[in-house]
Formats: sequence, C-alpha cells, structure tokens
Amino acid sequence: MTTRPAPLGLDLLPGDPVQLLSPAGEAVGELPAPEVLLDLHRRLVVGRRFDRQAQALVKQGRLAVYPSSSGQEACQVAPVAALQPTDWVFPTYRESVALVSRGIDPVEVLTLLRGDWHCGYNPREWRTAPQCTPLGTQAPHAVGLAHAARLKGDDVVALCFLGDGSTSEGDVHEALNFAAVYQAPVVFLVQNNGWAISVPLSKQTKAPSIAHKGIGYGVPGVRVDGNDAAAVWSVTQTAIGWARAGNGPTLIEAHTYRMDAHTNADDATRYRTEEELTGWRDKDPVERLERYLRTAGLLTDEISSGVAEEAEALATDLRTRMNEDPKVDPLELFEHVYTRPTASLRAQREALSAELAAHEEDAR
Amino acid sequence: MATMTMAQALNTALRDAMTEDPTVLVFGEDVGPLGGVFRITDGLTRDFGEERCFDTPLAEAGIVGTAVGMAMYGYKPVVEMQFDAFAYPAFEQITSHVAKLHNRTRGALSLPMVIRVPYGGGIGGVEHHCDSSEAYYAHTPGLRVVTPGTPEDGYRMLRDAIADPDPVVFLEPKRRYWSKGEVDTAAPGPALDSAVVRRQGSSATLIAYGPMVALAMEAAAAAEDEGWDLEVIDLRSLAPFDEQTVADSVRKTGRAVVVHEASTFGGYGAEVVARITEQCFHHLEAPVLRVGGLDIPYPPPKLEEHHLPSVDRILDAVDRLQWEATSG
Repeated sequence: MTTRPAPLGLDLLPGDPVQLLSPAGEAVGELPAPEVLLDLHRRLVVGRRFDRQAQALVKQGRLAVYPSSSGQEACQVAPVAALQPTDWVFPTYRESVALVSRGIDPVEVLTLLRGDWHCGYNPREWRTAPQCTPLGTQAPHAVGLAHAARLKGDDVVALCFLGDGSTSEGDVHEALNFAAVYQAPVVFLVQNNGWAISVPLSKQTKAPSIAHKGIGYGVPGVRVDGNDAAAVWSVTQTAIGWARAGNGPTLIEAHTYRMDAHTNADDATRYRTEEELTGWRDKDPVERLERYLRTAGLLTDEISSGVAEEAEALATDLRTRMNEDPKVDPLELFEHVYTRPTASLRAQREALSAELAAHEEDAR
Repeated sequence: MATMTMAQALNTALRDAMTEDPTVLVFGEDVGPLGGVFRITDGLTRDFGEERCFDTPLAEAGIVGTAVGMAMYGYKPVVEMQFDAFAYPAFEQITSHVAKLHNRTRGALSLPMVIRVPYGGGIGGVEHHCDSSEAYYAHTPGLRVVTPGTPEDGYRMLRDAIADPDPVVFLEPKRRYWSKGEVDTAAPGPALDSAVVRRQGSSATLIAYGPMVALAMEAAAAAEDEGWDLEVIDLRSLAPFDEQTVADSVRKTGRAVVVHEASTFGGYGAEVVARITEQCFHHLEAPVLRVGGLDIPYPPPKLEEHHLPSVDRILDAVDRLQWEATSG
C-alpha cells in the first residue's frame, strides 16, 4: 500500500481517534488558539440552545418533525467554524445546528420541518445545499461542485456531512471514488453516532472503522473524538487545508452520540440502554470545553453570560417568529417546478385557484 | 444545409454547443478517446481537451450526481448514460434531485443539464440494451423529456436542450443513429416543447415519437394504397406534452392511433389516449388505439420483430378505427 505524507493523522491507514481534550476537560494534545476555542464554545452553547428550542417547538405543534443533534453539537459547529464563507456545505436533515452556526436564519433553517415545501434559505447566498433527506445522495453533489470549482480555478472546498448509516449507501461509495479519481477538494465528515435510527453500527459494516473505508478509494481517513470540539475543529481544519492545497479528499469519522431519539417520532428506548446514555453523558461536548476554558482562565463570567444571553435571545426570537402561522400560498406550488411553467401546470394552477376561490366563497 | 446521420448531427450539436459556450461539459462512460460506444462524442476530447470531455468511473448515480454539483456551480453538463437500462442506477439522483432541486430551492438553483440516453430496440441488442424507459422520466414532474425522430431534430433539439435552464432527459432512438437526413444547423426550428405535424392528412392521425416517427411515416405512405390519407404527428417532447397540436389534429381527423416501442401497459401512449379522450371526445369516430410493444421484458434479437410495432400492425390498427360507422 502506498501512503502519502499528510498532517494530523490524515493517512491512508487511519490511526486511533484524535483527541485534544479529555472528557474531563484536560488538554491532551496541541489545542487551537484561545480565540478559536472561545468561538467554538459560543457556537456550541448557541447551537444547543437552538436544538432545545426546536424540540420544544415540536411539542407545541409548530414543527412537523425535528431530528435533534443533541450530543453531536461539536460535530455540527466545529467543521462549520473551520470553513471559509466561499466554501460549500452539503448537509443532511440532522444538520440544523450546523446551518444555524453557519449564520443562516434559524427560521429559514426550520422552514421545511415546519411543513413548507422548500428548503427555506437561498443555497447560493449561503453556499449551503438544501438539507438532504435521501441518505448519502448529496455526496456526489459535493464532489461535482468541488470538481467544478477546481476546474474554474476557484479556491473552494466542499464539506459533505454524512451519518454512519449512510456509508452503506451506494452513492457514498461512488462519491468517495469519484472524489479520489478527480482529486476533488471535498471533506467527507461522517458523524458516527453508533445508530442508524435503531440499527447499530455492528449491523451496518464489518470494516475496522468507517475511516478505514477510505483505503479502498485511496482517500486518507482519520478518526476523531466527535465530542471534542477542539479536535473536530483541528482535524477538519487540516483536511480543509489539505483539500484547498490541491491534495484531494479526506474521510473523517467523528465518534459521537445522539442523546435523543432519531426524531421526536422515534422511541429510542426500544433499542438503546440507559447505561449507554450515561456513558456518553460523561463525554458531553459542551461541558468538556467549558471545563477546560474555565480552568485555563479563558472563559470569564462576563464572556459566559454574554454567550448565554446570545443563546437566549436567539431562542426567544425563534419562539416568537415560529409562533406566527407561516404564510403559504398553495398557488406557489406550481411556480418552481420548471423555470417556465408548462401549459399543463398553468391549467392545474387555474383549477386550484378556482377551488380556493370557491372555498372562500363558501366560508363567507 | 448538409446531409448527415443522426449520430453525426448529435456530434455536431455537442461540438457547436461546446464551441459557443465554455461552460458546456461532456462526460460519462467511454465518451473520451473512444468517442462513446455509439461514437456520439467522437473527437470531443481531442478537440476540446480532457477538462471538457472526459471519461468517468463506471457509476451512473455518480455521473448524474456529480453533474448536479457541477451544474450548481455554473457548468452545463451533458452526461451520457451508455444504454437505457444502464441509467437505472441513476434513477434516484434523477427523480429525487435533478427533477426537484429548482423546486426545493424555490427557484434559487436551476440545473441546466442534459442526460443523454440512447434508448429503444431494433438493433439486435441483447438484454438490458433495448429498453424504452421514457415513461419513467415523463412521469416525474420537473424533468423535460424529449426525443428526436430525425437528424435535423437531433441537432436542433440537443442544442435547445443544452441551452435550456431546466434539466432535460434527452432520449436518443439508437436505431435511428445511422439514418440520414438534411440538417440545417442555422435554422431555429420549432420550440423544444412543441410537437410537429410531419405529414398532413385527413383520414386519421398517427402519433409517434423518437424511433417510431419514421415507421409511422412509412405506414402512412403504405396506407395511401388502402385509400387512407393519414396525418403523422411527431411529439418530440414527451414532457411537457403538446396537447394543442395533437388535439387540433384529432379534432380534424376524428381518429387516432398512438405508436411507441415501449410495453403498452402503463406506457406513455396511455397518457396520450387519455388526453385525446378528454379533449376530443365529441370529435372521435372511434376509440383511440395504441400500437406498442408487448408487455414482456425486451426479447432476444431473434424475437424482437414480434415485440416491436411494425407497418402491418399500424395499418391493422388503422383498419380497426370503425370506418363502417361513418359515411366517409
């Protein structure tokens, strides 16, 4: 097997998961700069508050469904913090926290889950593709976009979020292979939370690790403690730089855990044990970084309360705006099926319009 | 004006599009130095370089999926699926992403891409090489599905498909690849989504597309001996469907037969018949009939003639249009 020299564990043969902060919050490796750590902390706290608010909105009937990323916040915010605004993100449905951390209006992020028909935000403005539901199918899009940017000579990297279950999908296999062959600037970040809804990783793959799958494509793989925001940031930052320098793709496997069920509609007690949850509570990504920052004297009460205020303000604003009933125009359903409407769609639009007018008449 | 085969016309269309627009890219399996198994991309890598016409790994979902990403970044990819049935691995990308991205992003992202699919039989191909897969695509909102029946349409429609801001599934009737015709590359031609009347007639309307247009014309010529003056419509665009052109013709003739290679059950012809019935019921002198493939998996080369529509089957169908019921 040939290996290429690469920094920070980026190697064809993945090593042990990179960890920079122990679960107790002790530095066990070379940490990013203090301002990076403080920024990560702020993003974690705000992200977690957003996630809790979204879960509450489901209970209040304001969201049709919400796939929580509680426990996975480090994997959500740290890679986004490592990106440039000109880079692209290809998220799945579980990346709401990542998108809020990217700066997208939380109400726009939740538009689809609120029950509307479109993704809510402008992907071109935010260089963020719509959240993808069919598993792994966004991976070849990330490769294509990255390859296109490279052809144009643009300094752009594509970050593709994936889950452990989706690595069984054919599209992920094809995307890794294409990315390697094209040497496309893509970073594949797999959040391995151990469960694909109710199916454990042991039933998903017999590979030594998900990162090891890169070997078959000639893509360097690296494992990282996904509940260590400092490590996730450092590893993705390295992989992004590696891609930006023209060295091609990387497959990152971040070990993490989703503390809540798959979505509010799922009952995780049917397949997971309380012991497992307890073990992961001790590895909480927010508390871990906070402990380190407090001990190191970097996180003052003033900074901490500022961050808490920002998080609370976001939650309050989100609550207020989500409590308004969204205005959805049924006639807009026809507007964007094609760039120019077909005769058949125009006829159906007229029929629906007449139906709506008749209902209005009846209601009077 | 030049005489060329449909294959040459398609190649010329790709060349002209690539020359005029540097964002047009061609990629797929064997489309590079080989020029594609049907030679439609012949010479493109040589003349435009490997960055603009390139071979990909052998993976159709990957080809279409990466094309989506490239289109998101401002390119106009023209991808080749080597054969009809080889496109099925890309079905999820086509139906869940290619067809829907413009809608899912409320129009913020469009996908100006073309998926070229050599389709249909009649060339003595073995299994998985002769499917008529048009109904799968035509049933999916968000896709434009077109198919040329002549070399000139091959040129013009491919140019128009590449220029279209919507994704287009471009179905190439592979049995017509080697048929010759006059091609005027400067003529604008009818709109991409409109049908054309290929032959004026008064007795009945034959409605065909792609590989069946030439057969319908042949049948119409043969029908003259029987005293029938048949009109022939080439649909060209399956989605959207040019209802107006079809309805105008059938209201005039009062009789219609839809011809396609695909298996008849649930085929595209069913939609055409339904539309005609809805729009022209009081003008009809007879039920609208279909001449299509049998409802079987595509048969082996030695048996395909029994599966495919023929002049005889078309004339038999015309003969069954209840001529005795009218004075004409």
